[in-house]
Amino acid sequence: MSPSSPSLAPRPGPDLKAVGLVSLAAGIDTILSVKAAELSLKLLPPQASTAAPYVDGVFALEVGIGCFIFLGCCTAMAWSLLFHRADKYDMDDGAPIEGNLRLEIIWTVIPLVIVMAIATYSFRVNDILATLGPKVKLMPGEAPQLLTAEGEYGPVDVIARQWSWEFIYPNGVRSSELHLPLDERTHFRLQSEDVIHGFFIPAFRLKQDLVPGSVISYSLTPTIEGVYRLRDSQFSGGYFAANQTDVVVESREAFDGWLADSARQPLRPSYNPADELHQLRLRKGDRGWATVPPAPPPLVNASQDPSRPHDA
Amino acid sequence: MTSSTASFDPRVLKAPHPVPGAPDNWKRFFSFNTDAKVIGIQYIATSLFFLLVGGVLAMIMRGELITPPSDLVDPTVYNGLYTMHGTVMLFLFLFPILNGFNNLLIPPMIGAPDMAFPRLNAAAFWLVPLFGVILMASFFVPGGPASTGWWSYPPASLQNPVGHLINGESLWILAVALSGISSIMGAVNFTTTILRMRAPGMGFFRMPIFCWTAAAAQTIQLVGLPALTGGAIMLLFDLCLGTTFFRPEGGGDPVLYQHFFWFYSHPAVYVMVLPVFGIFSEIFPVYARKPLFGYPVVAIASFAITGLSLIVWVHHMFYSGTPMWMRNLFMYTTMLIAVPTGIKVFAWLGTLWRGRLRLTTPMLFCLGGVFNFIFAGITGIMLATVPVDIHVGNTYFVVGHFHYVIFSTITFGVFAGIYHWFPKFTGRMPYEGLGLLHFWLTFIGSTLNFLPMHWAGLMGMPRRVASYDPEFAFANVLASLGAFLLGVATIPFLLNMVSSWSRGRRAPANPWQAIGLEWLLPSPPPAENFEENVPTVISGPYGYGLGRPLVEHEESFIARAAQPAASPTSDPA
Ligand code: HEM
Ligand SMILES: [Cu+2]
Repeated sequence: MSPSSPSLAPRPGPDLKAVGLVSLAAGIDTILSVKAAELSLKLLPPQASTAAPYVDGVFALEVGIGCFIFLGCCTAMAWSLLFHRADKYDMDDGAPIEGNLRLEIIWTVIPLVIVMAIATYSFRVNDILATLGPKVKLMPGEAPQLLTAEGEYGPVDVIARQWSWEFIYPNGVRSSELHLPLDERTHFRLQSEDVIHGFFIPAFRLKQDLVPGSVISYSLTPTIEGVYRLRDSQFSGGYFAANQTDVVVESREAFDGWLADSARQPLRPSYNPADELHQLRLRKGDRGWATVPPAPPPLVNASQDPSRPHDA
Repeated sequence: MTSSTASFDPRVLKAPHPVPGAPDNWKRFFSFNTDAKVIGIQYIATSLFFLLVGGVLAMIMRGELITPPSDLVDPTVYNGLYTMHGTVMLFLFLFPILNGFNNLLIPPMIGAPDMAFPRLNAAAFWLVPLFGVILMASFFVPGGPASTGWWSYPPASLQNPVGHLINGESLWILAVALSGISSIMGAVNFTTTILRMRAPGMGFFRMPIFCWTAAAAQTIQLVGLPALTGGAIMLLFDLCLGTTFFRPEGGGDPVLYQHFFWFYSHPAVYVMVLPVFGIFSEIFPVYARKPLFGYPVVAIASFAITGLSLIVWVHHMFYSGTPMWMRNLFMYTTMLIAVPTGIKVFAWLGTLWRGRLRLTTPMLFCLGGVFNFIFAGITGIMLATVPVDIHVGNTYFVVGHFHYVIFSTITFGVFAGIYHWFPKFTGRMPYEGLGLLHFWLTFIGSTLNFLPMHWAGLMGMPRRVASYDPEFAFANVLASLGAFLLGVATIPFLLNMVSSWSRGRRAPANPWQAIGLEWLLPSPPPAENFEENVPTVISGPYGYGLGRPLVEHEESFIARAAQPAASPTSDPA
């Protein structure tokens, strides 16, 4: 069964064939890893914020290095599996090698250098991304007026509840979907009224928990017009999965128009999928396990439109 | 002889053991038995039962997720199911089954007659079915079981919609606290046994890697579990007694709980994976017929992992309002843990290199497990870098990552261990054909199940959801099919366990021609292993191809082991 491969016999001096084979394998591995890094970007949603290209850069770098290591290890394993198999009734022992100090030092130092290099690279990216403002902890009963606006636009108050989103603009407009002016840095004050929620817009590559009892200042800059999904990312109980809304990124004119329009609309309860699901459950006779009832839908000037398709 | 390195204390042999009057037929598995071998099998059988429970819950969840809308079960039911699934799999399957391995393997591997504290050992085991029942009871209390996940973050976990004092969440906390107490009792026992009861001549660097990894893992339990147990008790006080440690209305901080929780629960992943690293390190040399490559480095790397695992917990809180300096710091420490884990992977590859590989069921599970672990380690590195974690954290990417570790590595290693040591402890050979079928179904099923999850996560699908947007449907259909295949894969496994234990071929003392003290014993080993004739160890483990004896007068031990065991442990019924 196992072809007596030439590598089984001990050989003095460097073996040109082995060196050639290893270099060939390393070359193929490199090409495949670079390709994988390029292709990996296709797995991600569009890069719709200033943060996205940096995040994707770190990701692609890691896919490339990871792919190189993964393929390298698997080639070594596959080689053993192909050429170092024992025959059926062969009970002989393999080469009794117990260790090799030089090899062991090499494979400790190389991973150390690689991971420290990756960490240092993302340390730099973190500096660029530092969008997170301070987290200010409120005292019980204290109103969240602690932060001064620092972005170019805002502050927009983001209020999360079980299970709805509400956005309050500086001019007092209330909405249950988020509108943002294109290419402008918008500043947010994130608050939760009950449990921890997560502010997650995949197309922006951004995520931040909303911790009850604290105000978290946050900012971001969208770069492509479109409709994106905002999803609750931190488990928040009963109708967690339904706690989603849209983020509409539009030109400054369109944004101002929407804001003025909305200001003229009366306040009315927003469309609220969690509330709908809960009503359905009550109609069917409440056969689920216990859940806190959803908070009343927020009263808003502009509600989200469930029929509108989203881009990412 | 000049074997003065031992710390073995022969006085333990004088303890009345097994307890006088203990049953010696199948009933012993249902009794308060102090024999580590019986306790080990009790642990393993109990955990395999809960593996089936957790698996059924998982299958209902994947049934729900095979289509985007929430249509199979109510969303609140889904939340309860996945909370119980996670809790059962961790606290009632993985921790107990690995303690089962500790019980079966540590004493014979180091030549000890039993654990250092046999009664404590039995008490630690019996807490497992106790909190198993408590946890299962929560399906029947008003309002259903806990439904805020195995991490149970406040304030969500403090909401008590039923208004009763006895509710799913309070039972959940009680069960987790009891699990912690049981694990601490186990940890004291295992570390003491390894430190104090080794055979003459067995210095630390002659100890099998499994014992090194067990000691490293149990050290984590001793340091970390008090934090989790403390956090759980504070949570219970908040839930039932109105304290406000974590309640924001009273000035408490929910993020504080996350620190308590992850200070233990990050290291906990290493409590589970380290023994499996030990299993890999035991099995590769046997079926590659080579010494473990770089044995001393592999041994030391275990404790490096223990040390580092205690200083990385904040990587679970990168988006919880953690300041940037702290995120950067914990990114570096998390990255460092890749170095000792990498050392182990390379050592296994080095062990395979130029070996004479025999692809038996345990060997295939180890190869598959290492293959999957390399992948999981790489996604772990991605999660450790702050920018990427901010995007993929709390998405299905994380679910994919940790199932690659927790199922595709750890559970693979557990299966490998079961097939490898089955003949030693049951006295019967497992069926190879069923084993191979089990391996291939498991390998294909787990890949189909967990690989597409990474993709869904990259696209932005949050984890812990009962319904999702249609763009994630394809990845989820694949994952669900994989999960059902995994369900099918348990059939040949269970069939194999039951039929080969009851009517399999009788096992010789050393069916795999392995080197190690446990293989110098008859299969199954007598009650106190070597009894009075403890061998003197004269070399390190894994001497494949070196022609060097492991113990003094090795031939006499081999000859004795070849005789069938005098004890009744050979027949289960
Ligand atoms: C060795 C065995 C490992 C196990 C058993 C394991 C298991 C897990 C589990 C269960 C989680 C999810 C926790 C939760 O939120 O419920 C997780 C997340 C994570 N793992 Fe691993 N992991 C392992 C290896 C690694 C390695 C080697 C790294 C990095 C070098 C790593 C980095 C991470 C990070 C950063 C997260 C947090 C992701 C997030 O929640 O956003 N893991 N792991
Ligand atoms: Cu962790």
